[in-house]
Amino acid sequence: MPPIPEPVERLLEAALVGELTVVDGHGRPVTYPLIPLYDGERIYLTSSALFSRKLEHIRANPKVSLSITDPVAVGGAADRATIQGDACVIEDDPHGGWERLLPIWEAKEPAIVAFLKERVALPLFFERALIEITPRRVLYWPDGNAGAVPRVDVVRGEAA
Amino acid sequence: MRPTPAVSPGDGLAKLATYPYAVLTWVEPTGYPVSVAVEVEVDLAAGTVRFERPAGLAVPMEREISLTGSHIRPQPGYGYDERRHVTVWGHAQPADGDRLAVTPSSAWGWDEAEVPFFEYSERSIGKARRYFDALSRERGTPVKPRLSLPFLVLRTTRLPFLSATIVPVVLGIVIAASHGFFDPLTAILTVIGACLVQLAINVSNDVFDTAQGADDANVTPTRFSGGSRVIQYGLVSFRGMAALGAGLYAGGALVGLLLLALRGSPALLAIGVLGLIVGLGYTAPPLKLVYRGLGEFAVALGFGPLMLLGAYVVQSGGMLAWEPFVASIPVALLVALILYVNEIPDRRGDAHAGKRTLPVRFGRQAVIAGYRIAVIAAYAAIVASGNVERTSRL
Repeated sequence: MPPIPEPVERLLEAALVGELTVVDGHGRPVTYPLIPLYDGERIYLTSSALFSRKLEHIRANPKVSLSITDPVAVGGAADRATIQGDACVIEDDPHGGWERLLPIWEAKEPAIVAFLKERVALPLFFERALIEITPRRVLYWPDGNAGAVPRVDVVRGEAA
Repeated sequence: MRPTPAVSPGDGLAKLATYPYAVLTWVEPTGYPVSVAVEVEVDLAAGTVRFERPAGLAVPMEREISLTGSHIRPQPGYGYDERRHVTVWGHAQPADGDRLAVTPSSAWGWDEAEVPFFEYSERSIGKARRYFDALSRERGTPVKPRLSLPFLVLRTTRLPFLSATIVPVVLGIVIAASHGFFDPLTAILTVIGACLVQLAINVSNDVFDTAQGADDANVTPTRFSGGSRVIQYGLVSFRGMAALGAGLYAGGALVGLLLLALRGSPALLAIGVLGLIVGLGYTAPPLKLVYRGLGEFAVALGFGPLMLLGAYVVQSGGMLAWEPFVASIPVALLVALILYVNEIPDRRGDAHAGKRTLPVRFGRQAVIAGYRIAVIAAYAAIVASGNVERTSRL
């Protein structure tokens, strides 16, 4: 059984963008639009060294959420979801470590391969860390309407 | 340097109003953030945003919440368009009916229409440097960004610009050959020596521009301007770049000495010394020609008469002629125009660093007029050089 409900998995697999929210040092939420990559168990996002403030926040507080809200980014689907989880930053090799996700990324966004060939033009953009999210709790709005109570699923038996 | 311009709460609210919906986010008592998409009603006059209380979820009143609008939306197959996002923060308060209201106290965002992506990236270099510094401290060993060796060489030396050297040098050799002077060995050595000096100039210019803050101040480089930026990106150290420049100069000087030994003449020595002064003095103190508004002139002189006449006198054994000088004029103008055009995107950073280039000194219309005049002059010189050639044959 997948850790994430099937409709939310479909959103994750389709979404060309999601909103990663981290918690800053003042306890405020800070939201970053990023491409979510899902391997069937965990959710991955990548962050360039150029825009690495979010990594500092995650290192200080691993509790994050990822929401998928933009119908245009999921091929017109109206449903929406937010996944809460624990994140860790993987940065053993900022130069090439993230490329292990290229097959998933390319399947979702083929243009990434062409962008990567331009690495010489923007080398620091392609020095990237991986953000790995282990899902804990999923909120799902089947019709995307915040006026309806979301379906809540707890992942891996944690209390809601 | 801020990566993005400051956004006031009012501006943030105005931007938020342009999105079809907002992502309402807060931190739950469990410590996890939670987000829900809501339709918002922005009242710019009152400076507030209202939205329906989401069902089944408790929006906190005592802690700051955020509302985010985003148009970061990859388009399948070709990347992104109209990238922008904005977030406003504030405390939620009960409003009319079952709605909540927020009067933002802070905001942050990016709009590529205001700050293009490449500029945003360049403005964020400091963040990347701090990221690698922190990683290095954590691991106790230097962690640096990398490029594959071919790309690093390409970028560091700005290899494609060698065409600006090869054209005048080969032209000088060809004119000499048409005058009955041609020696294959010294011809090849001339091309190699000139290329080494050109690469040395490219590298040393980066060193001196970095030392004087010009490349750091430039946040709008293009693929063809703003230097190689390998020092700024941490791909090559300042010291390593200086050593590379010195090594290339040494190689160029060695070839120059060999040519002097083989085909030595006072003219060649004078051209070589002048070329070195102009090349090194382009950015290096005390001359700093480009900082004094003489950069375009220096490039025209170096890539035109000096390169062409230098190549010619190597072949002729020191004899000078009018034809290579006349032929060097259009080359000088066209190569100077390469610099001129590439100075346009750099003008803000150049002005900040005290580089008095022509695009820095003159307004938009004058810069365009200057380009047109130089192009016309270059092609007029080509026609004139043909006349000189025909006259000399008569």
